[in-house]
Amino acid sequence: MTTAAKKSAAKSRPVAARQASAPSPAREAAPAYDVEKIRGDFPILRQKIRGKQLVYLDNAATSQKPQSVINAITRYYERDNANIHRGVHFLSEHATEEHEAARSAIQGFLNAAHSKEIIFVRGATEGINLVAQTYGRVHVGGGDEVLITAMEHHSNIVPWQLLCEEKGAKLRVAPINDRGELLLDEFANLLGPRTKIAAVTHVSNALGSITPIRKMVELAHARNIPVLVDGAQAVPHLKVDVQALDCDFYAFSGHKVYGPTGIGVLYGKAALLEAMPPYQGGGDMISSVTFEKTIFNKLPFKFEAGTPDISGAIGLGAAIRYLDGIGIENAAAHERDLLEYATGKVGAIPGIRLVGTAREKAGVLSFVMEGIHPHDIGTILDQESIAIRTGHHCSQPVMERFGIPATARASFALYNTREEVDALVAGIEKVREVFA
Amino acid sequence: MADLRDLYQDVILEHSKAPRNFREMAGANHKAEGFNPLCGDRFTIYLDLEGDSIRDISFQGSGCAISKASASMMTQSLKGKTKADAEKLFGGFHDMVTGHEPSNGAPVELGKLTVFSGVSEFPVRVKCATLAWHTLQAALEGKQDAISTE
Repeated sequence: MTTAAKKSAAKSRPVAARQASAPSPAREAAPAYDVEKIRGDFPILRQKIRGKQLVYLDNAATSQKPQSVINAITRYYERDNANIHRGVHFLSEHATEEHEAARSAIQGFLNAAHSKEIIFVRGATEGINLVAQTYGRVHVGGGDEVLITAMEHHSNIVPWQLLCEEKGAKLRVAPINDRGELLLDEFANLLGPRTKIAAVTHVSNALGSITPIRKMVELAHARNIPVLVDGAQAVPHLKVDVQALDCDFYAFSGHKVYGPTGIGVLYGKAALLEAMPPYQGGGDMISSVTFEKTIFNKLPFKFEAGTPDISGAIGLGAAIRYLDGIGIENAAAHERDLLEYATGKVGAIPGIRLVGTAREKAGVLSFVMEGIHPHDIGTILDQESIAIRTGHHCSQPVMERFGIPATARASFALYNTREEVDALVAGIEKVREVFA
Repeated sequence: MADLRDLYQDVILEHSKAPRNFREMAGANHKAEGFNPLCGDRFTIYLDLEGDSIRDISFQGSGCAISKASASMMTQSLKGKTKADAEKLFGGFHDMVTGHEPSNGAPVELGKLTVFSGVSEFPVRVKCATLAWHTLQAALEGKQDAISTE
């Protein structure tokens, strides 16, 4: 794609134009956060399940999608579908523009220095695997160390375990306290001469803790150790500025931030990405191929082998524009208020213990009830059409740290309300009745 | 619409709070561990077999009300029975909780275990109800590896 085409793609942004025209007049009239109006953007939230209004509090698993995202995907298949980066025909050129416009939107959203630093992947999991299998395989050797924290999702444990096993390296784990906060001193002490990379979460999916990521990056960089941040749970709730964080890699999933499943992003500093070997081989990631030698394509395409998830990228672009329209800071403030409200209400119910009480938290309320297994809580709440997650949340080491097999987890998004928290509290009372 | 009380019957709640035969068995000659990776439920079934007959059976572990009550009532219903009886009961139990018609004609006499019939209305909970039974099967077959519902 030519530079001119990219510019025109960025300028035209038909999706952004359409969205901007819908919600903005109301916001001008009512500057307060209009959650009811926002709920209207999410068709799935209108439905009743078993005759009761759906209360969706499983956003840390996946968020719902606004109409604009659904429209962007539909329109792509109705009007624009073609393979990208190679066709000379109108549709291919247009699809390419839309795809690259999504990349630009994400670049802006993360405040990355260059759009070529935005690599499309299937999700945070693939982003982390990509780094482990390219940067990791080059730089981590026998006797070296990879540092993670005690509150990683399995997706930021297992790729490093596989790498360490292959290379004879060691996985080190920075501990957390009983509130679910990272022990920064311990983290600093574990950054040693053999540490080749630190891979750490920004927000814990099981506990909601926000890690002091800026300080962690500083500490690591002081020892020339690069840092990968798993931002899957952070991107929906916090303003993320990868240049301010100065992290080397940042991975997130589209579906947790109001975009479609199957698409995600790996941000990487250009210099690091340039020096890394490719992840997968195939079409689109090459610049020329002979049977003797292949010259790889430039960034970001070097890491995007094969026909990508074009509709997914376009859908994610629409989601980012939607979030930009509301303002991530506004959404974050609303969610902070909800979490505080829910923490007070749910925490006050007799027999409830909150799991994860970090001073800095986002989006997640994990709890256990005395004598009642989370799975039973989940089933009873489901009968009230309240969707929460129960289980170990793909964070078994976190569960072990707190000496429990599982938790019940309510997690919030920008469309949730205090009334929904009240419904959750009433649902938990019902659980108590059933087990009384 | 499924009713919660069909699932959480009093007998089930009572067994989940005070499970029977809930102990490690020192003299067990067969045992197996089963877990459900989705929810973290984990049970060990202990057997004292004399030939084909179940002289004693017990269990330990943690899980939801359904899985714990199911394990508890399973141990009650199997003490003194044969391996063949156990297989037959499991077949009938499985048909009931999955809402299938009895596999081969005549329904199996399930006795008290019929309190779990409500599980068929809650498909995601079938694994909870059958975890102990699958683990039992592994213990009877003398399998060493932990079995998983996945």
